[in-house]
Amino acid sequence: MEQKLVALSGNEAVAYAFKQAKPHVAAAFPITPQTEMMHKYAEFVANGESTTEMILVESEHSAMSAAVGSAAAGARTFTATSSAGFALMWEVVYIAASLRLPICMGMVNRALSGNINIHCDHSDSMGGRDAGWIHLFSENAQEAYDNGIMAWRIAEHMDVRLPAMVNYDGFIISHTADALKMLPDDAAYDFIGKYKHAYTLLDPENPITVGPLDLTDYYFEHKASQLAAYDKVPGVVQKVSEEFGAMTGRTYDFCEEYKMDDAEMVMVILGSSAGTAKDVIDEYREKGVKVGLLKIRMFRPFPVEYIAGKLAGRKAVAILDRSAVFGGQGGPVFIEIRSAMYGQQVPLFNYIYGLGGRDFDLHQVETVINDLQKVAAGEEPKQISLLGIRS
Amino acid sequence: MAVNLKQLTQREELLTGGHRACAGCTGSNILRQIMLTAGKDTVVGGATGCMEVVTTIFPYTAWRTSFIHTAFENCAATISGVETAFRSLKKHGDLPREREKMNFIAFGGDGGTYDIGIQSLSGAMERGHNMLYFCYDNEAYMNTGIQRSSATPFGAHTSTAPAGTVKQGKEQNRKDLTKIMVAHNIPYVAQATPFHWKDLAAKVEKGLAVDGPAFLNILMPCPVGWHFDTAIGMQLCKEAVESNFWPLFEVENGIYKINQKPKERAPIEPWLKQQGRFKHLFRPGNENMLEQIQQHVDAEWEKLLKLETKDA
Ligand SMILES: Cc1ncc(C[n+]2csc(CCOP(=O)(O)OP(=O)(O)O)c2C)c(N)n1
Repeated sequence: MEQKLVALSGNEAVAYAFKQAKPHVAAAFPITPQTEMMHKYAEFVANGESTTEMILVESEHSAMSAAVGSAAAGARTFTATSSAGFALMWEVVYIAASLRLPICMGMVNRALSGNINIHCDHSDSMGGRDAGWIHLFSENAQEAYDNGIMAWRIAEHMDVRLPAMVNYDGFIISHTADALKMLPDDAAYDFIGKYKHAYTLLDPENPITVGPLDLTDYYFEHKASQLAAYDKVPGVVQKVSEEFGAMTGRTYDFCEEYKMDDAEMVMVILGSSAGTAKDVIDEYREKGVKVGLLKIRMFRPFPVEYIAGKLAGRKAVAILDRSAVFGGQGGPVFIEIRSAMYGQQVPLFNYIYGLGGRDFDLHQVETVINDLQKVAAGEEPKQISLLGIRS
Repeated sequence: MAVNLKQLTQREELLTGGHRACAGCTGSNILRQIMLTAGKDTVVGGATGCMEVVTTIFPYTAWRTSFIHTAFENCAATISGVETAFRSLKKHGDLPREREKMNFIAFGGDGGTYDIGIQSLSGAMERGHNMLYFCYDNEAYMNTGIQRSSATPFGAHTSTAPAGTVKQGKEQNRKDLTKIMVAHNIPYVAQATPFHWKDLAAKVEKGLAVDGPAFLNILMPCPVGWHFDTAIGMQLCKEAVESNFWPLFEVENGIYKINQKPKERAPIEPWLKQQGRFKHLFRPGNENMLEQIQQHVDAEWEKLLKLETKDA
């Protein structure tokens, strides 16, 4: 497949990916750093490059509500947000998943208030990790674009019918111009396919009721069917990723493994920080230190067995979280992995890093690898540390 | 355009019987009348509240048209999504069945409209969606146990602003939401009641016919929340209009028209007296509150008359 090499910011890349799906409806409300993505999309519409109907709502609560209404009407629908915007959508984020509506959302990760901060961390989407959405993470603009194409296929698969969010780090990815390969419009649309709704409000001959009162006698069964649909996601993600790989040459799985084959020590990370980690890992590899990286692409549903398998038998595993769980036992990624590793004797420890956009620098990766070496040599790890904090 | 009773009775019932509204509820009358006028090619959205709760419970629904409920404060936004989807699917040739027009109706109680849903409503009206939004105004949050809302009238007893030994019910006047909706400069705004069925049908018809959004504010006496005999809900609608407590008027493209002007307005006291929520106002020492209510009703009526004359 011939692909065009372009220079785009992450926001632009996702705007293009979503445009190529030819969505019927987009609901938009501005918040930094998501803004530029919707600016780009509005330009497409203003210039006739896209025929999507945009609903320029008065809040994110209404953005998600309008998206739910549109998807329930049988339209391919997207929105995008960050941070406080996602927090304001909260209630309806759950409803979108409960109604099994395959809405796609650009999630430009930004710290939650307070204090107010516009820069990257993952506290926004992590707060919504139990809401029933599919969470894909991206390391750079290319991955944000690719996830932005694949998200439709995954969400809209008839066995799945769940909303999906494409996470990409605020500013670091959203506002950085990056080289990436883009599919031609036709090829992208052929891959995604024409939208098929499961139900529609717009057929008076076949009226439906959506969102009824649902009490002790049936609510639980509906949650059970939602859980069952979630179980179907991993298989679909793998199938769609394989097909995508065959078409583009870019392969995806639940995670990316970097120098993992013989790694005795492993760092686990999400998002753009993986690039920084890879650079430092290369340096250590030259010195003969057997360290590797596991970069999680699909955080929800959490690929429990897959990740447990990848980490089995390692001498030390450091898990990096770009969000904190107040009063919990480490960050969300750590909590998941420690639970997935139950019964295994692999030493695991956790860092909270990069909150509010605090730079994740080479020095921090060195600290992690040095600690990994100590733990691999038998030292007892400190369970949870803050990385890159002022002393 | 105006319908007669015979025509209405011959239309298909789109809200089935067997729903779970309380005895004497006037809300189900409102829904039924509106649906008789709107017809089958309609999608309805309801905000969380009594009317949503009593018309659906899985696996049952009282709706013979498509119906969607998502949450309490977002009905207008939800229906704006449905309506936009309709336009987009039509434009792209992707409708399940080709159709030039469909009706989009959203409703909420006064809590879901005056209070928590006012932002979503205001946004949807400003954006100009083809939708009729109606508020069934029972003057409190009934579904959760009769708490005060910004539509609760001065002096009324509610669970959160009860009449006690020191306080005498709600201490503020109600918000004039209808005029706030007029200020959105939408093509059609009106006040109605289910007792005035012909007027209501005409208003629904107009609201659905305009190009753009329409808003109806409909008084809904609630026997449980207002404490009255279940037989007299409709009578209270009638008297609310005759006393000028709830004037019937409409604003078409900014022009006010009062639909019914009582020859001699009835005093408010008899209306209040039939409702347990105002019982404490008739205790000795509260005469001034009754007076205040009468003065407020009269002052509001004068303002409305001026708005009408100004246009004439
Ligand atoms: C965000 C949110 N807050 C509170 C509630 C609880 N709640 C459900 S219905 C309701 C009252 C509805 O009042 P109103 O809109 O006046 O309608 P009515 O009950 O009178 O029909 C409340 C407070 C809710 N469902 N969602």
